[in-house]
Amino acid sequence: MIERTEVLHVARLARLRLSDAEVERMTGELSTILGHIERMDELDLDGVEPTSHVVALENVLRADVPRPSLTRERSLAAAPDPAAGGFGVPSPGA
Amino acid sequence: MSELLDLSAVQAVAAIGAGDVSAPELFDLYRARAADDELGAFLWVAEDAPPRADPQAPLAGVPLAVKDLFCVEDVPTTSGSRILEDYRPPYTATAVERLSTAGAPMLGKTNMDEFAMGSSNENSAFGPVRNPWALDRVPGGSSGGSAAAVAAGLAPWAIGTDTGGSIRQPAALCGLVGLKPTYGAVSRYGMIAFASSLDQCGPLTRDVTDAALLFRHMVGQDPCDSTSLEYPEPVASPSAERLDGLRFGVPPELTGEGLEAGVRAVFEQTLARIEELGGAVDEVSMPNTASGLSAYYVLAPAEASANLARFDGVRYGLRAGNGDLLSLYEETRAVGFGDEVKRRIMLGTYALSSGYYDAYYGRAQRVRTRIVEDFRAAFDAFDFVITPTSPTVAFKLGERTADPLAMYLSDFLAVPMSLAGIPAISIPGGLADGLPVGIQVAGPAFSENRLLDASFALERAIAFDGTAARA
Repeated sequence: MIERTEVLHVARLARLRLSDAEVERMTGELSTILGHIERMDELDLDGVEPTSHVVALENVLRADVPRPSLTRERSLAAAPDPAAGGFGVPSPGA
Repeated sequence: MSELLDLSAVQAVAAIGAGDVSAPELFDLYRARAADDELGAFLWVAEDAPPRADPQAPLAGVPLAVKDLFCVEDVPTTSGSRILEDYRPPYTATAVERLSTAGAPMLGKTNMDEFAMGSSNENSAFGPVRNPWALDRVPGGSSGGSAAAVAAGLAPWAIGTDTGGSIRQPAALCGLVGLKPTYGAVSRYGMIAFASSLDQCGPLTRDVTDAALLFRHMVGQDPCDSTSLEYPEPVASPSAERLDGLRFGVPPELTGEGLEAGVRAVFEQTLARIEELGGAVDEVSMPNTASGLSAYYVLAPAEASANLARFDGVRYGLRAGNGDLLSLYEETRAVGFGDEVKRRIMLGTYALSSGYYDAYYGRAQRVRTRIVEDFRAAFDAFDFVITPTSPTVAFKLGERTADPLAMYLSDFLAVPMSLAGIPAISIPGGLADGLPVGIQVAGPAFSENRLLDASFALERAIAFDGTAARA
């Protein structure tokens, strides 16, 4: 189960503005989905190691050598507001 | 014209190599069909045939449909989302680059569930896709456009991506072959990320031989994807006629309740065929796989919530809002994302949030370990694990859109293999009420050659006829 206040808190964390109707619907839907997910609670998982990745690779390194990359112009080409050679954004506010 | 359409991709490669068919002629045939698409399968179609095609190249100029989450330089790439509606990437995905180098030029970009989240293609911001076997039904998802395009003969072959069934389930629902490779076999560079520990791209094709050829030219380590691996052996063209000595395990946990009667009938018929071909079929208990869906719907949304944080209206894509920076983020994401994407971001953020992390994310990672162990034990005694691909045939458009959990259950049989990172293929097993039923065969990591070979033998015995969908 998830409460309306938790939905609002999580939406804030996720930088999502939800309408009142969306909050209402999401509260019900997430509760149903979490109810299904909580079936995992039936399993005995004591002492089981977590798996984050199935490929046994770690620290894949390459030589630290400069190589060509996108130009500044190319990188900014799809920006909604390129400004002063960078990505323009409004003030974070007070 | 229709003779060209009847050629499988491998047959077309041979015909072009022999000089019987010209690559531009084939491209133009498919270009015209794709441009006339009435299924909603394509979001973008190439204007012209590529300037030069080498008839001796391994793929000989046979055109390829590409799911719209593969970045292609200067070509619209939306991932099915409003938030990327006008986006044209500055670089090309490795898989697309490799196939193009091998001689498969891009025919077009195919429709998909937004950010690959969905099982029906109804979550696309650019409209649904219709199943060529029955126009009032879904093609499956999330690679629904790629599947519908190949099934309808709008493209000879296609690539899609599979995070928890997104190649296999649409292949099943459209009567195609779909291969989800071993995790790491194909570079993910340039694929717009959904859940990075699960995402893999692979072929959707008319037959197993086509899938093997396309796969052969996709694999390999890529410096741009540090999780990619060198494929340990050459990918061969499948040729097996028999299944002698091969053991197929049927997990009762995945093949019990919930299967439609028609799906069950085709599945049982397929098991009988395996035995006729000399294979052995037996039950194998995989007790944790039934919890796969629960773990998946924690892990995939958790990874997605992090991956989709980049869509914030700053560097590319849609920007909305005219207040401060926070309202720019919130407004852009409110306007740019569809319902399912918001739902998954919420679910993932919740599962990762302070106080819930251990109960959801931590627990799901431990279930994942258990599922990996289930498969490891199964492959000690069996060569393959076999199930239906989807519990149902293609369902009607609109039938499940109001019930997200019912939609998620479409992936019940496909998700465990994704969590284990192992290869799994869906091949058409037959029809139920005139609609295709897919059979899923899974093997250990990097067993694609054996998987393709066994599927080839089975495919010959089944002799599925997909021509009705191309009419």
